[in-house]
Amino acid sequence: MTFSDMMNIGLMQGFAGLSLFSVLLLMGLGLAIIFGQMGVINMAHGEFMTIGAYTIFAISHLTESFAPNLMGAYFPFAIAVAFVVAFVVGWGVEWAFIRHLYKRPLDTLLATWGLSLGMQQIFRSTFGPKEVSPTLPDWLMGSWAPAEGLDIPLNGLFVMALSVFVTCGVLIALYKSRWGLRVRATVANRTMANATGINTKRTDRLTFAIGCGIAGVAGAAFTTIGSTGPTSGSLYIVDAFLVVTFGGAASLLGTVVSAFGIAQTQSVTEFFMSGSNAKVLTLSAIVVILMLRPQGLFASKVRR
Amino acid sequence: MSRDHVPSPKSQQRRRLLQGAAALSMSGVAGLALAQQFPTAKVNTTKLAVTDTEVVVGQLHSATGTMAISETGSIQAEQLAIDQINAMGGVLGRKIRVIKEDGASDWPTFAEKSKKLLVNDRVAAVFGCWTSASRKAVLPIFEKENGMLYYPTFYEGLEQSKNVIYTGQEATQQILWGLDWASKEKKAKTYFLVGSDYIWPRTSMKIGRKHIENVLKTKVVGEEYYPLGHTNFNSLINKIKVAKPDVIFAAVVGGSNVAFYKQLKAAGVTADKQFLLTISVTEDEVLGIGGENMAGFYSSMKYFQSLDNANNKKFVEAFKAKYGKDAVIGDVTQAGYLGPWLWKAAVEKAGSFDVDKIAAASAGIELKTAPEGYVKVHENHHLWSKTRIGQAQKDGQFKVVAESPELIQPDPFPKGYQ
Repeated sequence: MTFSDMMNIGLMQGFAGLSLFSVLLLMGLGLAIIFGQMGVINMAHGEFMTIGAYTIFAISHLTESFAPNLMGAYFPFAIAVAFVVAFVVGWGVEWAFIRHLYKRPLDTLLATWGLSLGMQQIFRSTFGPKEVSPTLPDWLMGSWAPAEGLDIPLNGLFVMALSVFVTCGVLIALYKSRWGLRVRATVANRTMANATGINTKRTDRLTFAIGCGIAGVAGAAFTTIGSTGPTSGSLYIVDAFLVVTFGGAASLLGTVVSAFGIAQTQSVTEFFMSGSNAKVLTLSAIVVILMLRPQGLFASKVRR
Repeated sequence: MSRDHVPSPKSQQRRRLLQGAAALSMSGVAGLALAQQFPTAKVNTTKLAVTDTEVVVGQLHSATGTMAISETGSIQAEQLAIDQINAMGGVLGRKIRVIKEDGASDWPTFAEKSKKLLVNDRVAAVFGCWTSASRKAVLPIFEKENGMLYYPTFYEGLEQSKNVIYTGQEATQQILWGLDWASKEKKAKTYFLVGSDYIWPRTSMKIGRKHIENVLKTKVVGEEYYPLGHTNFNSLINKIKVAKPDVIFAAVVGGSNVAFYKQLKAAGVTADKQFLLTISVTEDEVLGIGGENMAGFYSSMKYFQSLDNANNKKFVEAFKAKYGKDAVIGDVTQAGYLGPWLWKAAVEKAGSFDVDKIAAASAGIELKTAPEGYVKVHENHHLWSKTRIGQAQKDGQFKVVAESPELIQPDPFPKGYQ
């Protein structure tokens, strides 16, 4: 193997790690907001991702049948719709279920788990049990080859850009906007926030819905990488919880760092050992670190 | 229905009238004559759910859970075969009634439901199971209660039972001929093996590796397994790029397939640069993967929807008429379709519904109407069948580019490959 070959593999391998990082970050972000800021253990998070993925599938299908010449352009638009659909469903779910359970955080686990099973059945009845995949625009499938033997996957680049965009959006919203101020106040001290005139109920609903909307965007992004089925959500949820728990529940920075750490460990070990062993090694490392730091990498200092 | 139930003359008369009035009156009358020729007391000595007019069979698949994706096709094809057999007058003049049970992708549930079908319902045969795990879970029950199972999936082999007819291929049939073909076609010297991490891919790869090293005298330059449901194959793809194999030999299953082929394409590993042979992608999976991501790669199977013969044309037409024009038919769906027909042939040859007699009569049964062409049951209860190589097309179908000239003998316990 020549030196330039090694360089190329090194670059592509680095890119593989980064693209896994952005995938994990997108998965964890919505969950981190809901879990971290509201203390709600949302087991249906994966299903909100699936909603996003099915939205892309449905729109791709509609575009193909009614406006085939728009196939090249529909994808960004569809992602926005995926956010809105998941947001609206999240809003409704908060209103119907979650708001009654804030004083019983462990019950949110059961309620949202039940919800996730119900949603899976709805997906199955609506879209059928088989896995589906939207037709993606050509510009998204393929590789960018700046040099001979160096292929950078375009879908990876796209997911990466999307996750940077969403993460920055969330950070700005949380630290620069009025909603963010209310959220942080509510998390810090709910009673006091109420006393200062913040409508904490509405803040909760909005937070939950935004978290779900981000899950929808994540699901939409995954259609460029994997398939969508009624039970896809249960595949996503494990990784999402892993990222959030490892990072420290209430810290967005923790989510970013943990997604990066997990992705790089996984990706590097995967290159030097078999895929299954790499997964085992990554999980063991997480377990050991969590034993040393039970609150996760970035324990939040929250007054409860 | 009670197994000792003897219809009163009156109800028999009514049934005869109804059957006479039915649209399929001709076959109904013929069926009745046939039923009288084979009195229930003669054809059913083991108290199965067989009456003068009806025989009950079971269907045991996952209609829910993670395997529903794969098993739906088999469920549909078995139902289609049973409908067609009924329209022709049934088996020994008796209409087939199906009791459907849902294994729910859960192996203990499969075991429990198979017991229910055999002990409570006394079904004459069961069409079902898909994963090897579910088959292994029900096997002891079928052997103890002496039931008959028609199993449709291609699988790893290393099994044989008097109580099971395996209508899919076992590992050596699917793999050896495919590898021989790849070796000749591509003049391949190096192979990269990749699969999902459970028994079927591992056993298949073990057989594949032995064949590559000992028979073809070529080299395996990489062997990798990823957990079920894994969706990130970028590191693997880089490893493949380092190893530069002549052939990627793949047994990645389920949803992972979609991620695998989408990422291969995104990393520039396309059919014009890389030769890939898979044993786990049928038309069903291509639906999810997307034809444009799979186009040009090869799959080794015994059946493809595009097979050009009269039997298959009829089968595809009937399947689409029943399940919609967008329905696709994969290898296992076709193997599911064979089950009821092979059972019917065995019952007719034995002149009895008794499981022991059917098991004994099964060896040597031929099916000239099989969509895959022609099959024959071996003494080891697997099928003699041809193996074909299909090249994936953009529209999600496969173009058959090679076919074994003869039927390949099933060999579930291959010597030198274990």
